[in-house]
Amino acid sequence: MRNNEYMKEFTYDLLKLDCERETARLTAFISEAVARRLRKQGAVVGISGGIDSSVTAALCARALGPEKVLGLLMPEKDSHPDTLKLSQLVGESLGIKTIHRDLTPVLNGLDFYDEMTGCIQQIIPEYSSGWKWKISASDIRNDRLFTFFWLVVQSPQGEIVKKRLPADSLLQIIALSNFKQRTRKMLEYHYADRFNYAVAGTSNLLESDQGFFVKLGDGAGDFKPIAHLFKTQIYQLGKYLDLPQAITERQPTADIHPLSQGQDEFFFGLPYEQLDACLYGEKNGLPVESMARAIGLEAGRVSLIYRQLAHRRLANEYLGLPPLYPEK
Amino acid sequence: MIRDEVKKFILEKFLFNCSDRLDNDASLIETNTVDSVGILEIVSFIENNFKIKVEDEELTAENLDSINKIASFVERKLGTQA
Repeated sequence: MRNNEYMKEFTYDLLKLDCERETARLTAFISEAVARRLRKQGAVVGISGGIDSSVTAALCARALGPEKVLGLLMPEKDSHPDTLKLSQLVGESLGIKTIHRDLTPVLNGLDFYDEMTGCIQQIIPEYSSGWKWKISASDIRNDRLFTFFWLVVQSPQGEIVKKRLPADSLLQIIALSNFKQRTRKMLEYHYADRFNYAVAGTSNLLESDQGFFVKLGDGAGDFKPIAHLFKTQIYQLGKYLDLPQAITERQPTADIHPLSQGQDEFFFGLPYEQLDACLYGEKNGLPVESMARAIGLEAGRVSLIYRQLAHRRLANEYLGLPPLYPEK
Repeated sequence: MIRDEVKKFILEKFLFNCSDRLDNDASLIETNTVDSVGILEIVSFIENNFKIKVEDEELTAENLDSINKIASFVERKLGTQA
């Protein structure tokens, strides 16, 4: 298989899924995993209104029956205004139970908002209430295999201020931001305990392969039904599973920071289709030149992306490791 | 001298002084000695320690991806500032 793929030219057809077959395979996996291996009576899914969590919830509803799936809707005050509306729409379309838990009071209790404001003001003193912010990553280049980050803030009048983040501030912002994913996962496990359910992880292939998740946050789960699927394939499944158009046609968004930011902006600056293609090519050893031709990028850039994918996989390997124990 | 200070920082910060050998020419990124945050920590160290300002466009592998490259970069910056 690998040798054949070496000879192949990349086409997006390689990412086409037999949705009927994959749905049958994954629903069988979920039933087996939840009922037999985990010995639980249903599944909890944190639903964000994005395609990954929506497809995960839809697969769980098909596998276990909608009455055995609990969708948790967990926006906070900085979430995109559509987040709650779209996640409610998913719950209604699947006919599953949903519980809405606003994270804002919990994050307030953790001093998240005040500490974040203080941290931002240390770098951009004029930042105050009513302003929005985000983290923006540098592009990768041949002469730089590492990434650095800017703090970008926008005043209520729309003025943008951008400053490079020093290491210590970056670490502080990451540590604070991770409160959100970890608080969500804490609530998912709370309801899982409450109803004797298992927690579904919603990571996709790019996230699990590259360590693009928060350890013990969105990276956690008792089973992960879509962690082997490319984003384009998850969109295909979403359509096959009859998810609302508002979900299947929505562009990915990280929805982590108040100022809007596409997930593609955070990862190589590529739209997800090209990113999927590069990940497929890198994992299957497809030649750089053929990939570059197929997806309309320069060969040098594809080569750099291949190197970055391999590098990040290695650098973030620790995120997926279980705790380390001394040898007996 | 500059090289020794940079090496001491990297050994203490990233290798807990465990590594008796850290090649001065080895790529810090390719050998997984530091990650992107680590590079930024090195940048903060040289900015504070040598009182220089590293611009965004100077954040390149050529300037920062080995002990020797960092030392040469700092020397150039100090020379420019003098």
